[in-house]
Amino acid sequence: MLDKAADVTKDQVVDFIYDEARMLDEGRYDEWLALWLPDGHYWMPLDYKQTDPHLVTSLLYEDNFMLRLRVERLNGARTFSQKPKSRCHHVIQRPFIDEFTPERIVTNTSMHYVETRLDEQFLLALVATHELRVVEGQLRIANKRVDLLNSDAAFGSIQLLP
Amino acid sequence: MLTAGDVSAMVRGPQVHRDVYTSQQVYDLEMRHLFVNTWVFVGHESQTPHKGDYYTTQIGAQPVIQVRHGDGEIKVLHNRCPHKGTKIAIDRSGNTGKFFRCPYHAWSFKTDGCLLAIPLKKGYQDTELNKTENAKGMKAVGAVRVYRGFVFARLADEGISFEDYFGDSLSSIDNTVDRSPAGRLEVAGPPLRYMHQCNWKMLVENQTDTCHPMVAHESSAGTAVGIWKEMGNPEPRPPAMEIIAPFMSPYEFFENMGIRTWPNGHGHTGVNHSIHSEYSEVPGYFPALSEAYGEQRAKEILNENRHNTVYFPNIMIKGPIQQLRNFIPLGPDRTLVESYIYRLVDAPDELLARTAMYNRMINAPTSIVGHDDLEMYERAQEGLVSNGLEWVDIQRLMTGVEDYSEEVVENGTTERQMRNQFDAWVKFMTVSMGTA
Repeated sequence: MLDKAADVTKDQVVDFIYDEARMLDEGRYDEWLALWLPDGHYWMPLDYKQTDPHLVTSLLYEDNFMLRLRVERLNGARTFSQKPKSRCHHVIQRPFIDEFTPERIVTNTSMHYVETRLDEQFLLALVATHELRVVEGQLRIANKRVDLLNSDAAFGSIQLLP
Repeated sequence: MLTAGDVSAMVRGPQVHRDVYTSQQVYDLEMRHLFVNTWVFVGHESQTPHKGDYYTTQIGAQPVIQVRHGDGEIKVLHNRCPHKGTKIAIDRSGNTGKFFRCPYHAWSFKTDGCLLAIPLKKGYQDTELNKTENAKGMKAVGAVRVYRGFVFARLADEGISFEDYFGDSLSSIDNTVDRSPAGRLEVAGPPLRYMHQCNWKMLVENQTDTCHPMVAHESSAGTAVGIWKEMGNPEPRPPAMEIIAPFMSPYEFFENMGIRTWPNGHGHTGVNHSIHSEYSEVPGYFPALSEAYGEQRAKEILNENRHNTVYFPNIMIKGPIQQLRNFIPLGPDRTLVESYIYRLVDAPDELLARTAMYNRMINAPTSIVGHDDLEMYERAQEGLVSNGLEWVDIQRLMTGVEDYSEEVVENGTTERQMRNQFDAWVKFMTVSMGTA
């Protein structure tokens, strides 16, 4: 049963987006996974303004199982590409709240994302679109879309979550 | 300067010298000879479906344009104005209409490369321009062949024919395309583009390296299996399980799957079965294929589950899921991998959805499987600097003298296909080097 969006304030929505980025930066993945509704997808398109996640390739289009696999793998004893581990850092702009209804909340957030490992470090500019719902008084992620400014560029490994 | 003899000496059957992966000189020779004498993948005809459609890519280090000419044929031209060298097309694809026009001085060319016009042409009246090759226009590559939609080119004007070069290895392309009830593929969207700080040959070798998945990919495939068990083995399985879990198959699975090698460096894993064999059936697909080919033939087509087919020098295709990976060399320690997927025309969309899923789960810069592969290549590129040992070993299951001019099927964990590639490497490197 969905509560009304009115049960949360716009400030709470903004705080939620900041908190999520901080969880990723601090590697608090169990807390981060708990933000998600079970049917949610994390989508990172490959093409600029891509509309279809299914019949063309994306960088990521991950369901709950894949996201869980992704973050559990990071801590595995034989996760060779994470020896040593990567670190990441989000700098985010105050989110726009594009929709704020009892059914759903949609935010649009510009971010700079930095990832580093060993002597390498790279910067990605991106826009994250969150679709949020309020369930039992709590904000949850229904879907998240991350559009990299240079999504069609050739990348080395992007190992953590922008 | 390295001689043909020096190049030959880098490959001694069971071992290859590390310079083949690390040396700038070797890389330069590869660009000048190997990628000139062989038939190299350019693109797919569906990337340029209409007259004037073009697509830019490279053959080895050579920038080229694939373009659909006015007569409907596909041409492959060097992407360079004959005047000052400016690249004629810089975007990845587009439509140029009836002619190309250089943006620098407006020299124009028909879509087969022939010079159409030069502004203020009288300035060349009493010159010798007409006696030069530049006056002919944009130079075409030596030879082009479109095979069932896949465009290949040989840069050299003279050399081995397409048929002699590929021979029976074309059966893997056949099986890929036959899986369409219409016998046709169409490219589906742009490719993944994944930059690797390693030599291109490491990637090509890894396509038939069947002893690494259960080791290098334990962290992804093994963890996937673990999570699924923890969930109580739910059916239907999460989509990721179907794609990733087979990587954890035991050694016996890979031994029994078999490897076939063909002359000139081509070969494939998955002679008897493969990690793609157990994919769930897609409703409506078999009836559509049966209607097109008859039930018997449809079964034959689907029973072929070749895993990775390497077309030497630098592509791999996966027939059962219509994926092509192009390992584009950018330097001795730099390779761009472009991973394309194709739609089976007249087949259900679910097949393409699975292929798109495979592509992003396994081969994206964001892929947890790809991360561990790249980690291995880059560690190898760094490790080969070591002077402790100069030779790389590829003699697994090499029990005697091997004749690479024969087609053979062997145990699926042999490194014979890697040796086969290096045999072809020496052949097509040295054929134009002379004996000096």
